[in-house]
Amino acid sequence: MYAFDYVRPASLADAVKALGASEENRPLAGGQTLIPTMKQRLAMPATLIDLAGIAELKGVRRDGNAIVIGAMTTHADVAGNADVKAAIPALAALAGGIGDPHVRNSGTIGGSVANNDPAADYPAAVLALNATIITTTREIPADSYFTGMFKTALQPGELIKAIRFPIGAKAAYSKFEQRASRYALVGVFVAHTGAGVRVAVTGSGAGGVFRSAPLEAALAKGFSVDALKGAVVPSTGLLSDIHGSAEYRASVIPVIAERAVAAAR
Amino acid sequence: MAQDGIGASTKRREDYRFLKGIGKYTDDINQPNQTYCYFLRSPVAHAKIGKVDLSVAKSAPGVVAIFTAADLEAVGGVPCGWLITGKNAQPMKEPKHPILAAGKVRHVGDPVVAVIAESLNAAKNAADLVSIDYQELPAIIDMRTAQTKGGEPVHTEATDNMCFDWEFGDKAATDAAFAKAAHVTKIDLVNQRLVANAMEPRAAVGVYEIGTDEHTLFTTSQNPHVIRLLMGAFVLSIPEHKLRVVAPDVGGGFGSKIFHYAEEAFVTWAAKKVGRPIKWTAERSESFVSDAHGRDHVTHAELAIDANGKMLALRCDTFANMGAYLSTFAPVVPTWLHGTLLAGQYAYPAIYVNVKAMFTNTVPVDAYRGAGRPEATYIIERIVSKAARELKLDQAEFRRMNFIRKDQFPYQTPVALVYDVGDYEASMQAALKLGDYAGFPARKAASAAKGMMRGIGVCSYIEACGIAPSSLVGALGARAGLYEAATVRVNPTGSVSVMTGSHSHGQGHETTFAQVVASKLGIPAENVNIIHGDTDKIPFGMGTYGSRSLAVGGSAIVGALNKIIDKGKKIAAHLLEASEGDIEFKDGAYTVKGTDKKKTFGEIALTAYVPHKYPIDTVEPGLEETSFYDPKNFTYPAGTYICEVEIDPRTGTTVITSFVAADDFGNIINPMIVEGQVHGGLVQGIGQAMLEGAIYNDKGQLVTGSYMDYCMPRADDVPSFKVVTTVTPCTHNPLGVKGCGEAGAIGSTPAVINAICDALDIDNIEMPATPERVWRAAHAKTMKAAE
Repeated sequence: MYAFDYVRPASLADAVKALGASEENRPLAGGQTLIPTMKQRLAMPATLIDLAGIAELKGVRRDGNAIVIGAMTTHADVAGNADVKAAIPALAALAGGIGDPHVRNSGTIGGSVANNDPAADYPAAVLALNATIITTTREIPADSYFTGMFKTALQPGELIKAIRFPIGAKAAYSKFEQRASRYALVGVFVAHTGAGVRVAVTGSGAGGVFRSAPLEAALAKGFSVDALKGAVVPSTGLLSDIHGSAEYRASVIPVIAERAVAAAR
Repeated sequence: MAQDGIGASTKRREDYRFLKGIGKYTDDINQPNQTYCYFLRSPVAHAKIGKVDLSVAKSAPGVVAIFTAADLEAVGGVPCGWLITGKNAQPMKEPKHPILAAGKVRHVGDPVVAVIAESLNAAKNAADLVSIDYQELPAIIDMRTAQTKGGEPVHTEATDNMCFDWEFGDKAATDAAFAKAAHVTKIDLVNQRLVANAMEPRAAVGVYEIGTDEHTLFTTSQNPHVIRLLMGAFVLSIPEHKLRVVAPDVGGGFGSKIFHYAEEAFVTWAAKKVGRPIKWTAERSESFVSDAHGRDHVTHAELAIDANGKMLALRCDTFANMGAYLSTFAPVVPTWLHGTLLAGQYAYPAIYVNVKAMFTNTVPVDAYRGAGRPEATYIIERIVSKAARELKLDQAEFRRMNFIRKDQFPYQTPVALVYDVGDYEASMQAALKLGDYAGFPARKAASAAKGMMRGIGVCSYIEACGIAPSSLVGALGARAGLYEAATVRVNPTGSVSVMTGSHSHGQGHETTFAQVVASKLGIPAENVNIIHGDTDKIPFGMGTYGSRSLAVGGSAIVGALNKIIDKGKKIAAHLLEASEGDIEFKDGAYTVKGTDKKKTFGEIALTAYVPHKYPIDTVEPGLEETSFYDPKNFTYPAGTYICEVEIDPRTGTTVITSFVAADDFGNIINPMIVEGQVHGGLVQGIGQAMLEGAIYNDKGQLVTGSYMDYCMPRADDVPSFKVVTTVTPCTHNPLGVKGCGEAGAIGSTPAVINAICDALDIDNIEMPATPERVWRAAHAKTMKAAE
C-alpha cells in the first residue's frame, strides 16, 4: 500500500469539500473493493475520505411508498432490517447473499452501486426495482445511472446519499455463482408491478448490469415460469471469460430467471 | 492399555494453538534489527534482461541494499535432488537455476532484483523505482509443441526444450500383448496444472551471527535437514555445523514446501552481506507465481484386453511439464513415482511408459499431494472405466475380474514394485456396500424423473508410500537417502521427549507419535512431547512427504524405543537382582518372570540418571537412544472410492450426492486423524476434478493468479463423506502401517470424473469439469438426441 492521508469528516458538506480538494482524493465507503486495490498498489489516493463518520448516510427509513437506504448502510443491516424484509423481501434476501459475513458487515450499498462492478448484486436490484439514486447534487433514475462496466452517471465530486426503492413489486433475485469468486456469473432480478415487468441481469453483461428485453417481453405475457419457456437471450454483448463463455451465459440466464420468477413474492 | 495409546481417537494436541491463533509460524518470528526483503519479479514469461538501473532506487528512503544476479556470481544455483537417465543412457538436461534471474527471465514471477529495506513498504517503494529493460522473446507455454516450436529455447542447454525422454517397462512384451488383444481402449487425458495453495504462504528469515560465524534460516519447510543439506552444500557453501535450519509451525505444504527455494537461500546469504536479519514473506499473489505447481501431464494411453475381459497390457505416452527450471524433486514425479504405479490393483502382465519432460516458460512443477501417483491412477482408473463402458461391463465388476487376488501377495508387478500385501476385494466390497451400489439404478431413475442426470464412478487406487529404501532410490537417481531418524530422550522423572526427523505441517504428528510412545512404554501420552523441525534439536532426518511420516519416521521412533526398553531391562535386572533374560517389560513395568517383583518405567528412568545402585561397569548412565530406519520396501495403501453425482443439464451444475471411501492403510494409530487426512485428500482430489486449474495464456501470463479466478474447494462443494477402513497390516515395518496422507487426493479425482462421464454417458471430459464443460457435454447429447 502506498502512503496516503486519511480524513473522517462528520458532515456530508465537509466530505464533499475534502473530495473536491484534489482529483487524487477518493471517498471510502465499506472499502471492499478500494482497500484490496490499494493493498495491491493498484490505487494510490492522496487522501482517503472515510464516509463512516457521517450519520445522515446511514440507516433505512420508510418514506411513503418507498424504502430509502442510506449510502453507508451495510449489506448486513439491509438484510436484517425489518422494514426492508416486510416491504421488499427480495432486496433483503439479495443483501443477505452478498459475499460472506465479513463483506456483509463492512460493505455498503452506496459503495457497491457507486463502483458498479459488473458482477455485483445490488445493481440488479436497483435497476429491476426502478430505484432512484439520490446524490449530493440530484436524483438519478436507475435507467440512466449505470453507464458501463465500473461506470456510472456520477460526476467527479458527486456522492451517493441514499437509494430510494419503490415498494410494491413482486420480486426476487436469483444468483448463479462463479465458482472461484462466488460473485454472480449470472444474477437475475425480476420485478413485477402494475407498470410492467423489469428484469435486470448482472454478472454477464460486457457493459455491466443490463435489462433483458427478451425476458421482459416474455414475462409481460404472464409473470410465470411457463411464460419463460422458449425465451432466448442473445449472446451478443455478454461477457466471455474462463468461467463462462457468452454462449453459456446466454443459455443460463433464462434458467436463473425462471428460478427468480418462481421465488418472487 | 496405555492412556491415549495406539488405536485411540485422541483429539489433536496441536490444535489448541492452531485454532486459537497462537501457533508460531515463520512470519511470527522477528529478530532484533530485522530488515525486510521484497523480490521484484518478472512481469513477462520470457525475455532477455537488458539494462537494470538501480541508481534511483538505491537512494530511496529506508533502503538497506539492493541485489541482482551480478552480486551472486559466486553463489551456486538451486540444485535438483534427482537425476533421471532417459533413453540411450542420456542424462536429463540440468540447466542452472540461479538465485536471481541472470541474463534472462524464464517465467512470470522469476525473481530479478531483491530489495532490502527498513520496512516492507520501503522495499516495495524502492522496487517501484528500479528500471529493468526486458527484451521480450516468444514464450514457450504448451509442452506438446515445445519441442518443435523453434525460436529461442527456455535454456540453451536444451535446445529442443526437452529435459529428458524416459521410458520404462517391457516394450516388446507390451507390443506383443496388443497384437493379440481382442479389444483396445484408447484415451487422451490432461492432468491439469494445479497450485498447491497452502494456507500459510512461504516465508523465510535469515540470520547471521558474526560472533560465531553461524547462519540460521527460519523457513516454511517440510524437511529442514534437506534444506540445510542442499543449501549449505550446493548453493552457499556453508558447512552444516555452521548452518541451522528451523521449520517452526508450518501451515500446510501439500508437497510445495518440500523443495529448496531461491528465496530462502537468498535471505540466508544476504543476512551476512548486510549484517542484519532479513525477513521475506510471500503474499498470496506472489505464491501463485513462485511456489512450485503440481501435476501438468498430457497423456495418451491404450489398454489391451482379451476376449474374456482380462487386461493384457497398458501403454502410455506422457508429456510432463517441468516449467522453467528443475525444482528439487521435479524429475522423479513423472518417472519413478508415476511409471512404477501403472499396474494399479490389476494383474496384467505388460506395461510400457514413455515420458517426455519439457521445459516451458511457466512456474516450475514438482510434487503435489500424491506426486506422480495421482497422475498414474488417473490414467489407469479412467481407461479402465472407459474400457468397461466400451465392453458394456459393469465398472466395478470389470475391476474385480482383473484385481490382483489376495493369495497372490507378495506380488511382483511388471513395473518393478513388489506389493507386499493387500486385499482389494475387501475394500471394493466395503465401498459397494457403503455406497449402496446396487441401489443406484433406482436413484438414477428418480433423478431422471426430475430432469436430472445421475452418474456413479468407481476408482480402485493404489499408491506407494513410505518412500523409500535408500539403496533402491539411489539406484534410481536420488541424490539422498530416504531413511528417517528419531531420538527418544527419557527424562529423569520419566517423561519422554522425542526428537523426530519427520516434520508436521498439519498432519498431527505431535498427537500420533505420542500415542505410539505411550503404547510402547506404557505411559500416558500426555507425558510425551514430540519435537521436530529444528536441525539443532533433532537428528538428521529426511522430513515429511509421500505419506512417509508414520511408516518411516514412526518406525525410527519404535527402533529407538526398543533400545530404551532393552537398556531398561539391563537396569531392571540389576535392581531386581535377576538375570536380564528373565525380565519382561509390559504395561509400563519391568517384572521378573514368574514373580511379583517389579520396577516401574519411571523408577528405571530415575535410576538411569541417579545411578547410585547401577550396573555401572556394563551399562552407561542415562536413558536416551537414537535410531535410523531405512525402509525395506514401499508401503502400498489401496482402496476403492465410489462417487455419485447429480447433474442439472440446463446449467451444468454438478452436485456430489455421495462419496464413499474404503481405504486399507494397514494398522491405524489414531482413527480420527486418519479420517481427517482422508477428508482433506478427498477435497483436494475433488478440487482437481471439478474446480481447480492453473491457466496460462499464450503470452505466459497466469490467468488464474488469484482466488477470484483460481477456484479452491470450499466446504459446501463437497458432501458429508462416508469413510471406512479395511486392514491388511504392512508386512515390513514394525507398526504395520502404510500411510494415509495422499490416498484421498489420489483416488477421488478419477472417481468424480468417472461419475460425471457415467451421468452424461460420454467417454471423457476435461478437468476441471466446470459447469460450462458439463453443460456443453449435456447440451451436445441433447442436440444429438434431437437429430
